[in-house]
Amino acid sequence: MSNLSATDLPSPAVTPLAPPASVDVERPAGTGHLNLVVVGHVDHGKSTLIGRLLFDTHSVPDGKAERIEAACKAEGMEFEYAFLMDALLEEQAQNITMDTTRVPFRTERRSFTIIDAPGHKEFLKNMITGAASADAAVLLVDAQEGLREQTRRHCFLLSLLGLRQIVVAVNKMDLVDYRPEVFEAIRAELGAFLAKLGVEPAHFIPISAKFGEGLLRHSTQTPWYRGPTLLEVLESFRANPPASGGPLRVSVQDVYRFDARRIVAGLVESGSLSVGDEIEFAPGGKRSRIKSIETWPQSNPPPRGPVGSGREVALTLEDELFVERGQIASHLSDKPHEARAFTARVFWIHDEPLRSGELVALKLGTQRAEARVLGVQRTLDAVTLEIGTGTSEVKVHEVAEIRLRVRKPIAFDVGGKVPSLGRFVIMRGRRIAGGGVIDSVVSEAPEGNGATPISRTAILGHRGCIVWMTGLSGSGKSTLAQALEQRLLGSGVLCAILDGDVLRTGLSRNLGFSPDDRSENLRRATELAIHLANAGVVVIAALISPFRADRASAAERAKEKDVPFAEVFINAPLAVCERRDPKDLYKKARAGKIPQFTGIDSPYEPPLAPDLEVRTDRASVDDLVERLVQLTLSLSKPADPAGGGAHI
Amino acid sequence: MNHLDELESQSIYLMREAYHGFEKPAMLWSMGKDSNVLLWLAKKAFCGHIPFPIVHIDTTYEFPEMLEFRVWARDHYGFDLIVWTNEEARARGIGYETTDPVTVTHELKTVALQQCLSAHKFDALITGIRRDEDSTRAKERYFSPRNAEFEWDYKDQPPEFWNHFTTEAGPGEHVRVQPLLDWTEIDIWRYLDREKVPLPGMYFSRNGMRYRSLGCMPISKPVESNAATIDDIIEELKVTKVSERAGRAQDHHERNAMQKLRAKGFM
Repeated sequence: MSNLSATDLPSPAVTPLAPPASVDVERPAGTGHLNLVVVGHVDHGKSTLIGRLLFDTHSVPDGKAERIEAACKAEGMEFEYAFLMDALLEEQAQNITMDTTRVPFRTERRSFTIIDAPGHKEFLKNMITGAASADAAVLLVDAQEGLREQTRRHCFLLSLLGLRQIVVAVNKMDLVDYRPEVFEAIRAELGAFLAKLGVEPAHFIPISAKFGEGLLRHSTQTPWYRGPTLLEVLESFRANPPASGGPLRVSVQDVYRFDARRIVAGLVESGSLSVGDEIEFAPGGKRSRIKSIETWPQSNPPPRGPVGSGREVALTLEDELFVERGQIASHLSDKPHEARAFTARVFWIHDEPLRSGELVALKLGTQRAEARVLGVQRTLDAVTLEIGTGTSEVKVHEVAEIRLRVRKPIAFDVGGKVPSLGRFVIMRGRRIAGGGVIDSVVSEAPEGNGATPISRTAILGHRGCIVWMTGLSGSGKSTLAQALEQRLLGSGVLCAILDGDVLRTGLSRNLGFSPDDRSENLRRATELAIHLANAGVVVIAALISPFRADRASAAERAKEKDVPFAEVFINAPLAVCERRDPKDLYKKARAGKIPQFTGIDSPYEPPLAPDLEVRTDRASVDDLVERLVQLTLSLSKPADPAGGGAHI
Repeated sequence: MNHLDELESQSIYLMREAYHGFEKPAMLWSMGKDSNVLLWLAKKAFCGHIPFPIVHIDTTYEFPEMLEFRVWARDHYGFDLIVWTNEEARARGIGYETTDPVTVTHELKTVALQQCLSAHKFDALITGIRRDEDSTRAKERYFSPRNAEFEWDYKDQPPEFWNHFTTEAGPGEHVRVQPLLDWTEIDIWRYLDREKVPLPGMYFSRNGMRYRSLGCMPISKPVESNAATIDDIIEELKVTKVSERAGRAQDHHERNAMQKLRAKGFM
């Protein structure tokens, strides 16, 4: 392991530009443990194939097959190899595989883990979970049914996940009397589809999982087929990861200070490192040399490397640097990108669509960043490969090209250079909602000096505006304002409610309810709203504002200050408002305890041409909020500072 | 990098992610072989330091030899040991002498763990389960959330790929972190051998019998074996087709016992 010249020199005078070529010789094909995913349309025979492989390679524990056979007999069912896989009761009941399952098996030549990915559309996330960790894939196609929706969808995802070792097994050949033309037709159609995705399967093999034809032995039923058996192909595949060679990349997981040592702990994602190497941490660009590689139990002499890709490391540095989780260490000669905006292909597995303008949490390597979806360039139908444009969202199970912009620069690689650092996941709450592969860096013009509205827009991803809600007491202004605020905050829009009650107890507490005082109150509210909007805040003003003239002055003043303004009439009949009476104000007014109460002894002048009118006595809060969100977003227009169109 | 190196690095990665991601993680330890690999990996992950408490759920039916090992290992490795027993259930008379093994396991292991978790407010539990142990475990994730009732929603598990996991728990929830998920029984033995990890002696043949899996005294049965060294055990495992937990009575007491136990929060 130890490099003689490195051990002899206390500190190398010259930093090697590239890792030594002898490190991490790529593992030859056909050796090493292979992770295998089996995909394909539901009922095309995945569980049967796996069950048969386990049985034929004697990987089933004694008695298990017999027990299942007995159970089948007891229930009057035919024994199926699939039952070996479907260990959970309810799966047997439904005859489908519920979740990703990993089953080890071995042949004389090598060991395997089969990752069974389910075919049901709603379980796509499990298929991705399984396939993302696989070295190779078996794609099953039913000879009778041919290519189906999930066949195509799975092909597409395999290509996006970067899986390149694929064998196609055309199953259930027994049901088509092992006719070569059926096999050839599927080979031609699927081959053409995969070619469009840039995927070339290693082989197409005719099999019958049920009868074990073409799996371990050459089938006498298909004398016209001269290629290898399925097992021969599986045994010949390359155990892929970890990627060998390549530039040094270490994802920093943590920095430990349990004792006097300050230890940088992380994963070598590619390349290799040795004591004495000069490294740089991105983002940030701080540099130091590797002082030691820490291990437990401690070895004598201590290790000096090289440590290659796929290994966990614990390093100390010669300088006291502020290093933190998320940074990526590299050699100076070949560094990752450091940027804020990029384009990516993403797949979406969350029920709630990914929307243009939305603020999302993104995880790449050990970095976590807030990112704005600047725009959805186009969606790709995973089944037909047709391209859709003019949309602003990515729905569940869709694949799309999007443009993202993170708040602070992150470090990453592009174009498959270091695959693990060129892909990311998008979070929704605590769950992974989608994944993506970075295609290109979007260059950005340097920002001007000072906090102009434009740079505020760049930071926030939207501009400030005023949504002015007017209506009677009890019409639903506060309820809608709060619901709107929640929705906007939820999609990363900075907003604030300007509520009449709050104003009255603070900024305007010296004012009464005479028409003059009401006007002054609204003047103050308007100035405050404009100030906030100029700072980039979406202001939701929830104010009775009964007089047309006052509302007109507010709109005019906003226009003067170049702040987008919309008047929204929150309309409910007086009788309804009075019946709701959430704060017992009507009751008190009727009892004469509140003078000049709007609607009782002071007039309300409804807007003549509001930008939006909502009837809170006729529609649900959810529907109304949806309309308010649309209106607000049309005013605050999340802009794409990198150019191109962000559409909401 | 060989297969054991890959497994070791992956486990260390997962453990470091757990330690970073959660406020109050803890590690479960049964003194069994998998548990001891877990402990060894923790020492490696944190360069000789174990930065979270080690929890042993003591059913009061532990083998005396295992209890001796518990004290020895704590002093040898130097960690914060928490021993927890469901005293309330024992006081009610729950025990193998009076109750069926599934109930006993539930009360003295699962409920005890629940009590310990809520007393210490742990939000993550690092456990040594492996996918090849039992078919229900084959469906596990590396980071597997459990709700406040300890239930495992195995039908709707969060997606997990590209080294990204569920590293946050909601209020009252906790996440099971399972760094040994991809290891097989043979991997464990090969690693124990390679690293010279200290083990309780009961795994090795005495008078033609040895324990392959260790649990509570009344329900752990030795298997016939002359395997007295790790090499012998590995050779034995290469040819055996008897499942690992065959000697564990609670798994076989009734149909689907394991699935029921797991859905309720058993390891």
